[in-house]
Amino acid sequence: MTDPAIAVRCNTVTKSFPAGDGVVEVLHGIDFDVPAGELTMLVGPSGCGKTTLISIIAGILTPTSGEIEICGSPITQMSDAAKVAFRRAHVGFIFQQYNLLPALTAAENAAIPLVAAGMPMARAAGSAAAILERIGMGAHLSKLPNQLSGGQQQRVAIARALVHAPRLIVCDEPTAALDADSGQIVLEILKNATIAPDRAVIVVTHDTRIYSFADRIASMEDGRIRAVRTAPLAHLSEAA
Amino acid sequence: MNGVALRILLGDRAKYIGLIFGIAFSTMLMSNQISIFAGLMLRTAGQILDAQEADIWVMDPRVEYVDEIEPMTDMQLGRVRGVDGVDWAVPFFKGLTVAHTHDGMLQQIILLGVDDATLTGVAPRLVLGSVENLKQPDAMIIDRAGFQFMWPGEEPGLGKVVELNDHRAVIVGISDASAPFTTYPVVYTKYSNARNYVGRTRKQMSFVLVHARPGLDTHQLAQRITAETGLKALTWRDFTWATIGYYLKRTGIPVNFGITVALGFIVGAAVVGQTFYIFVLENLRQFGALKAMGVANGTILRMVLLQAMVVAGIGYAIGIGLCAGFFEITSRVSINLRGFELPWEVAVGTACTVLVIIVIASFASLRKVMVVDPAIVFRG
Repeated sequence: MTDPAIAVRCNTVTKSFPAGDGVVEVLHGIDFDVPAGELTMLVGPSGCGKTTLISIIAGILTPTSGEIEICGSPITQMSDAAKVAFRRAHVGFIFQQYNLLPALTAAENAAIPLVAAGMPMARAAGSAAAILERIGMGAHLSKLPNQLSGGQQQRVAIARALVHAPRLIVCDEPTAALDADSGQIVLEILKNATIAPDRAVIVVTHDTRIYSFADRIASMEDGRIRAVRTAPLAHLSEAA
Repeated sequence: MNGVALRILLGDRAKYIGLIFGIAFSTMLMSNQISIFAGLMLRTAGQILDAQEADIWVMDPRVEYVDEIEPMTDMQLGRVRGVDGVDWAVPFFKGLTVAHTHDGMLQQIILLGVDDATLTGVAPRLVLGSVENLKQPDAMIIDRAGFQFMWPGEEPGLGKVVELNDHRAVIVGISDASAPFTTYPVVYTKYSNARNYVGRTRKQMSFVLVHARPGLDTHQLAQRITAETGLKALTWRDFTWATIGYYLKRTGIPVNFGITVALGFIVGAAVVGQTFYIFVLENLRQFGALKAMGVANGTILRMVLLQAMVVAGIGYAIGIGLCAGFFEITSRVSINLRGFELPWEVAVGTACTVLVIIVIASFASLRKVMVVDPAIVFRG
């Protein structure tokens, strides 16, 4: 049943939200596989259900029905506490607004997942510093977020998503707050640093300029996956 | 994550200082006002507390507190002495009279007459002279503050002469008597002298001070004295509380202080609650991100509570330090402010109140943090 090449498997996933006296279904039976070792982009117009789907895949939202399996673990059958522990151990996050803690240095921010898992800050910051150096942030380890540019902050967020060696990395509009050049640099780093044979990377984006970095693009519309295209995808960026 | 919580707290310097200021202000205001209130109330019973040898105070049944004197006949002393269980009983006079100094100054004083033979009831701490000096003719002991009140600028000394009801009285001792509720000097003299100093009447004995036989329950003895003599008999502790209770019931003092203390509580809770709520609200996205990254609700709860406790602890320490410093300084500035201090009970009580304030302040914030949807981080 479990295919080791498939990192995320969504099986007939639906999600409804209460609205007034009734409910609104925003995901209509999503069947979607994300292979390990690839960068998959989830694209589509605003309101099509990308964020809802990514939240469900990351174990933050619970689907109304359907099954989600991440690296063989049926996340939909887990208790809330188990989901929290699963996210802590196996999921890395990169947010549009970075969500770095303003009072912590770059190294300390990147160390948060390890600290959350119980590692002392000094040791965790050491591990985070090694990753930050790998992605060209070695000179900024002790800087606070407000001393870094947007691109640099997003690189700290990438290091934070990587530091605990998760099996799934979820990125929400990672270039939305960046200019074109910074966005390209961040995506290059993201792709080079995060892709690993046993790890899947899902990027939700509106930014057509970065489509060329994807190994696979899933297009969403009205709560459904309309198409999944695989590499080469450079022409999509050029067309845009 | 405790270290992270503290870094988040310290990172927002303005709010951190605002929170500490709020708690410190509230602590200072509450502890200061309660301490002054407690000091004032203790002043009302100062003369009872100074007569340390007396287990029981016996008085006319109509007397409600120490300043309300309904004199008894000296015959009552014999009746009290006759009650089984009384080790000794001595007369005690308390009244007001006017002292005239040689330079024409006139001063109302509290006159306390103690048993001629035993001198029981004199304040235990003497700065100059000795209690035995009271046995000299026309002798009186005045309290240090009273001396400075009557002879400002002069160093306390013995030998000064005053005139009380046309009778000569010589200062033979300076006491450190507890400050009275009024600011009048407290003068001790022999019981026989006291009667002359206020003018003789048929009934003059204000109280009978009783010492119980060792091992005897003082409450039971007090009840027995009442039963056998028809007089009111209270242990020194009960009489102290009766006196304090009178002032609590019959004056606006508790209302006045109560309002200030309540203001301290409300202002503290409002300022701290509001600031802490805004602080948490501004960090809500960060807390949401932490939750998304797998930080459990319990850990987030501990982080917020730790921040609240640190703020409360530091704010309380500063506030209580300021309060203690205030009393230390005021006691040096004026002798009339002696006796006002920060009792440990007030410090502990204020700490508990600050805890309540911080719990109230954190409650709304905690709820906000607990229910924050980690999916908030996916909303740009």
